[in-house]
Amino acid sequence: MSSKVIHALYDDDDVLLNAVKEVRAANHHIEEVYTPFPVHGLDKAMGVAPTRLAIMAFLYGITGLGFAIWFLNYIMIVDWPQNIGGKPSGSFLENVPAFIPVMFEMTVFFAAHLMVITFYMRSKIWPFRKAENPDPRTTDDKFLMEIEVDGNEDEMTSLLESTGAIEIKVKEKH
Amino acid sequence: MMGHYEAPIREPIITGDKSYHDVTLDVVAPIEGKANKSWYIAFTIALVAFLWGVGAIIYTIGTGIGVWGLNNRINWAWDITNFVWWVGIGHAGTLISAVLLLFRQKWRMGINRSAEAMTIFAVFQAGLFPLIHMGRIWNGFYTLPVPNPLGSLWVNFNSPLLWDVFAISTYLSVSLVFWWTGLLPDFAMIRDRATKPFQKKIYSLVSFGWSGRAKDWQRFEEVSLVLAGLATPLVLSVHTIVSFDFATSVIPGWHSTVYPPYFVAGAVFSGFAMVQTLLLIMRKVSNLEDYITRVHVENMNKVILVTGGIVTVAYLSELFVGWYTGSSYEDFVYLSVGAATGPYWWAFWSLIMCVAVIPQFFWIKKIRTNYIWTFIISIFINIGMWFERFDIIVINLSRGHLPSSWTMFSPTFVDIGIFVGTLGFFFVLFLLYARTFPVIAQAEVKSILKSSGNNYKRERDNPTAKKEEVKKETVIIKEEVKEEVAIEKIDIASDEEKQAKTNSLLDSLGKFDATTQKPDDLKKISGIGPVMETTLNQIGIYTFDQVSKMTNKEYDLLDSITGSFPGRAQRDDWAGQAKKLKS
Repeated sequence: MSSKVIHALYDDDDVLLNAVKEVRAANHHIEEVYTPFPVHGLDKAMGVAPTRLAIMAFLYGITGLGFAIWFLNYIMIVDWPQNIGGKPSGSFLENVPAFIPVMFEMTVFFAAHLMVITFYMRSKIWPFRKAENPDPRTTDDKFLMEIEVDGNEDEMTSLLESTGAIEIKVKEKH
Repeated sequence: MMGHYEAPIREPIITGDKSYHDVTLDVVAPIEGKANKSWYIAFTIALVAFLWGVGAIIYTIGTGIGVWGLNNRINWAWDITNFVWWVGIGHAGTLISAVLLLFRQKWRMGINRSAEAMTIFAVFQAGLFPLIHMGRIWNGFYTLPVPNPLGSLWVNFNSPLLWDVFAISTYLSVSLVFWWTGLLPDFAMIRDRATKPFQKKIYSLVSFGWSGRAKDWQRFEEVSLVLAGLATPLVLSVHTIVSFDFATSVIPGWHSTVYPPYFVAGAVFSGFAMVQTLLLIMRKVSNLEDYITRVHVENMNKVILVTGGIVTVAYLSELFVGWYTGSSYEDFVYLSVGAATGPYWWAFWSLIMCVAVIPQFFWIKKIRTNYIWTFIISIFINIGMWFERFDIIVINLSRGHLPSSWTMFSPTFVDIGIFVGTLGFFFVLFLLYARTFPVIAQAEVKSILKSSGNNYKRERDNPTAKKEEVKKETVIIKEEVKEEVAIEKIDIASDEEKQAKTNSLLDSLGKFDATTQKPDDLKKISGIGPVMETTLNQIGIYTFDQVSKMTNKEYDLLDSITGSFPGRAQRDDWAGQAKKLKS
């Protein structure tokens, strides 16, 4: 394993996108790309697998709905089947119209919050977490590609230079 | 550039020839700068109003709801009027960030952050009223279905007031995480620019360590899209549930199936009016004229026109159905003493004027695209929509089934004080927000800059007049790799020429006195690594103060002493950076 990485800095998203494609075509592994805003098509160009967060949100929503049905049924029908203003309390289905608003809200509540929490956990972002972008300019207007160097430093440097990088930095990996 | 193609018919929505960095600078300007006098004046007024409201709330809770103008028959008035009004205002924020995202409307980018802030702050105000209008607020927690030692004694899920609890708390919490997640990249940008340690700490904390990796962005966009997909039905359901407070009752004028969509349309209508009111001021005060343009204002006015039209159609259908049912009670609603000709005729006609008539002026392009007219009409809409809720609640309650219980309502100073207090609280929050939060979603604006910025559009429309390509030279840096590319140690003492240069350099920068001064961490300056710091220390430069005095002459001297990386210090503006670090 090499202990060095190259940081190539770009100042344009289109140049970066082309560079990513070229570096990938030359069979180099891109460790990471840091951008100040979502560059559309970057994940495809890098070959990042699609995210499954939407699937999780769907499952969380189903969980919320199931939970709401269970607890509305338990409270209103099983535990205290009372007559409140003539509303039928004999079975869940008899009184289901009155339960729909809460069932709906619980579905949304579970889907939204659990998905966001999943996102935070998976992307490792939470309060007091230290930022790991190697160059502060990458949250402003620069785009940074990080590539591992495996004894081919000069070759990598010239390749990156040809892709229009404005700054190439060879760094100790940490 | 094909990826950024946009039909030439579309007007630019970012003006002023912005680059990515310009967007950054414009967004951080209010945060990094100091508040001016008018901000302090506005803040003081809002704070006083807020404190007055706090006093009125404490008085209400301490003495009893009887200090309000409510009576036996009209048992909801300003409290619920203001609740529905504030909730309605909050809806535009979600509409702008969620619905417009689903419809891929690029013009939402300039306004969504502030509209969402408005949502959050308006829902805060709305959330106060269900609490303080309770006779026994200290038992408020009984609205939650929590296991308890009374049996457990649960809540009744048949009541729309309980649905409200679920709707409002879901709405507030989901809006909050939606907003906050969108803020992470913007907070990260401020964090990475911050030079003051306290500011840096705060923005590091709130940006949750956002680093902007490709995978993060992929997830970020998916989360935004799914949240938008969830927030859209949420926003429709919340005001629907609020409308159920009335629509599920048996009171003539309230019991109506048109309420759910009509309330939602009214909410979007009033919410957009409030966005206009706020943003027209904000674009001036915070110098955001290039991001909140005539196009944004006109588009919002078109939404106001559509939703105002829907509301007007709902009025007409209510009127028609009131007559068509043949119910003598329903018949009251519009044309009789119940509204248009009764004691509340002024409230009814203010509503018709402000909601159904005045916004129709937006059909005229001259008015729709005029900032002043838009501002004036937006104020009328805010007033009109307050009257709509007041009329629905109070007029219908004042003339009910039984003539012996017909009565009138007049608010006390406590009713008014609490409403004024919520206005104050809202502006306190909004003014603080405008000074500490990135009020434009800069990451999103940057992503549409190339398709919708006026400079890029101009280039696309006139390919011949294309900017000449500036050939950029690649800078290759290896100095921060220790050992391998270590810089030769400079033996200053042995070289007489270098010694002389060093002395003249220190003459202009000032000498470092180790007995009274402390050396600064020069590595904080971008461009100075550990090796360079050692070199600078050898020369005798230890403090930011010294570095900050550097000019071109000193840069040249330094370059000739160290003999490495010519021009580096100048390019990175070490002096400028040091000046900031010093303070």
